[in-house]
Amino acid sequence: MFALDKKDARLLLMVAVLTMLAPFILNPFPAGSEMAQFNAGYPDLMQRFVIFGIFAIGFNILFGLTGYLSFGHAAFLGVGSYSAVWMFKLLSMNVLPAIALSVVVAGLFSVVIGFISLRRSGIYFSILTLAFAQMSFALAYSVLTPITGGETGLQLALDDPRILDVAASATGNIPVPGLFGLEMRASTNLELGPWVFTFNVGYYFSALIMLAAFYLAIRIFRSPFGMMLRAIKSNQQRLNYTGLNARPYTLAAFVISGMYAGLAGGLMAAMDPLAGAERMFWTASGEVVLMTILGGAGTLIGPVLGAGFIKYMENIISKINESILHQWFYWLPDGLEDFVVAMIYPFIGKGWHLTLGLLFMAVVIFLPGGLVEGGQRIGRMFGRKKSEEKDKPSGKTTPAE
Amino acid sequence: MGILEVKNVGKRFGGLQALGNVNLSVAENSVHAIIGPNGAGKSTLLNCLVGKLIPDTGSVMFDGQSVLGRAPHEINQMGISRVFQTPEIFGDLSVLENMMIPCFAKRDGAFEMNAITSVVSQKDVIAKAEAMLEDMNMADKRHMHAASLSRGDKRRLEIGMCLSQEPRLLLLDEPTAGMARADTNNTIDLLKQIKQDRDITIAIIEHDMHVVFSLAERITVLAQGTPLVEDSPENIKGHPKVREAYLGETAH
Repeated sequence: MFALDKKDARLLLMVAVLTMLAPFILNPFPAGSEMAQFNAGYPDLMQRFVIFGIFAIGFNILFGLTGYLSFGHAAFLGVGSYSAVWMFKLLSMNVLPAIALSVVVAGLFSVVIGFISLRRSGIYFSILTLAFAQMSFALAYSVLTPITGGETGLQLALDDPRILDVAASATGNIPVPGLFGLEMRASTNLELGPWVFTFNVGYYFSALIMLAAFYLAIRIFRSPFGMMLRAIKSNQQRLNYTGLNARPYTLAAFVISGMYAGLAGGLMAAMDPLAGAERMFWTASGEVVLMTILGGAGTLIGPVLGAGFIKYMENIISKINESILHQWFYWLPDGLEDFVVAMIYPFIGKGWHLTLGLLFMAVVIFLPGGLVEGGQRIGRMFGRKKSEEKDKPSGKTTPAE
Repeated sequence: MGILEVKNVGKRFGGLQALGNVNLSVAENSVHAIIGPNGAGKSTLLNCLVGKLIPDTGSVMFDGQSVLGRAPHEINQMGISRVFQTPEIFGDLSVLENMMIPCFAKRDGAFEMNAITSVVSQKDVIAKAEAMLEDMNMADKRHMHAASLSRGDKRRLEIGMCLSQEPRLLLLDEPTAGMARADTNNTIDLLKQIKQDRDITIAIIEHDMHVVFSLAERITVLAQGTPLVEDSPENIKGHPKVREAYLGETAH
């Protein structure tokens, strides 16, 4: 199917089914029940799952295959967002030209940064990319204010030109991004007994783009180009003495992953048409590194899992507060209840970073191959036949260093 | 005029004159050995040939073209392949993939943006890589992780990878270093076989005199960065200067 081998086709199909049914899968608890706060099936979060999935898939093409650790990919995300918002301001509220421009501008930007940064490898490369991204952030925040909106960020206004579209909607408001009249924020609710499932246009649009991006990543992984990238990670010296020039390969990988980041940034702006400099901050670059390593660098599905995992933690764990903990542990004797709550408290709410950090450490130490390796180990433990298939060298996973 | 002509090559590292005034001519389709005690400048010379180092003086011509100032991958594409002292292979890739990469390099050149086609559809490259694995007696190991091969197999794989580029000159840097006797003899047989089957020039740097005298048709002895003598193996064996250089080395 789609010129993929059986196993890759199965993986793609599985991801397709999971993303299409996500509103059901992520909402397992009835609305209004005590567990409902663990539901992740609301549009805002689901959009973030797939958009950061795209970001991480692209990052993995660079980091997972070539081993070049970029610490500045958020710059491309930010550039993509700014481009998309400018397209909304100048041209029309249709998301397609906006996203196309995000990808192109991020691609051009990554050609420049990649060309310079790839003159070095290892830690020097990481530092160069970090420096460029921080420079972009600082510029966007200050001197480039006419283009980026500076501290307030870039927003739509009623007096924007929008030459192919209306400046203001019929009700006198700023129009919203859409796809040929289909608004991105439009949602339909399906109520089944106590359960409420939300189907959002923006989510499904982003999910389809993520599937396309995922499919493209599979093709790149399985191509001669992908093999060369893995060879670069494995032994660059041998590659050079085999008549191959590593520089254009790494640059191509860098630009492709930059364009993925631009696509993610464009989609973020399409879901919510504003862009701020904080999207380029170094913590945002670090986040995509965490996602990729947590999920499993160099694997196909790993980055998507990692992105979902981190976004879930960020949005769900951080919402748990002290009074919710007291509700959960009300059945304990008073003193013990306070003690247990006090013990858990640092890990929830604003402390979700602590939980994430500990989990990340645990994964790196015990599962160097990330969540994907965890899944494989569990699979093997239950002695499934599949685990034998996965052990073949042609298997989809190449554990990260 | 040999296929490789080294003229007046000198290289200095700070205060150390690593190569003095090296002249060397490797005849086409010969096996030429470069020997010498430790620190004689053998590896420095080799690195000057493949573009890793640029000599301070002199010229290096391969088949009438200068190699100086070219990047390693360009020199390789001219037809010089190098085997390293410790086998350099793609440890994270399978044996078959290792063999396919030089086949791609031969077919597509130094860079090809082949990002959408599947590796599996590249039948010509796979067939060529499989045939070379067959030649190297490694066909049964094709799905193994290259890092998990034995030292001898890594060496065979590396030599096979160099050969699948169809080089005109094969440079070997101490190919039997750290090998057991049996593996050394296998490597000698393999190189003899390669010489017999192909139009290829082999230049070999070696410490092990057993290997040198089993293979070489011509020998250059380097000492302290300059060629001491160049002659046939028979004459080298009894040459007083050579005995002195080597005995001097062992007497220290």
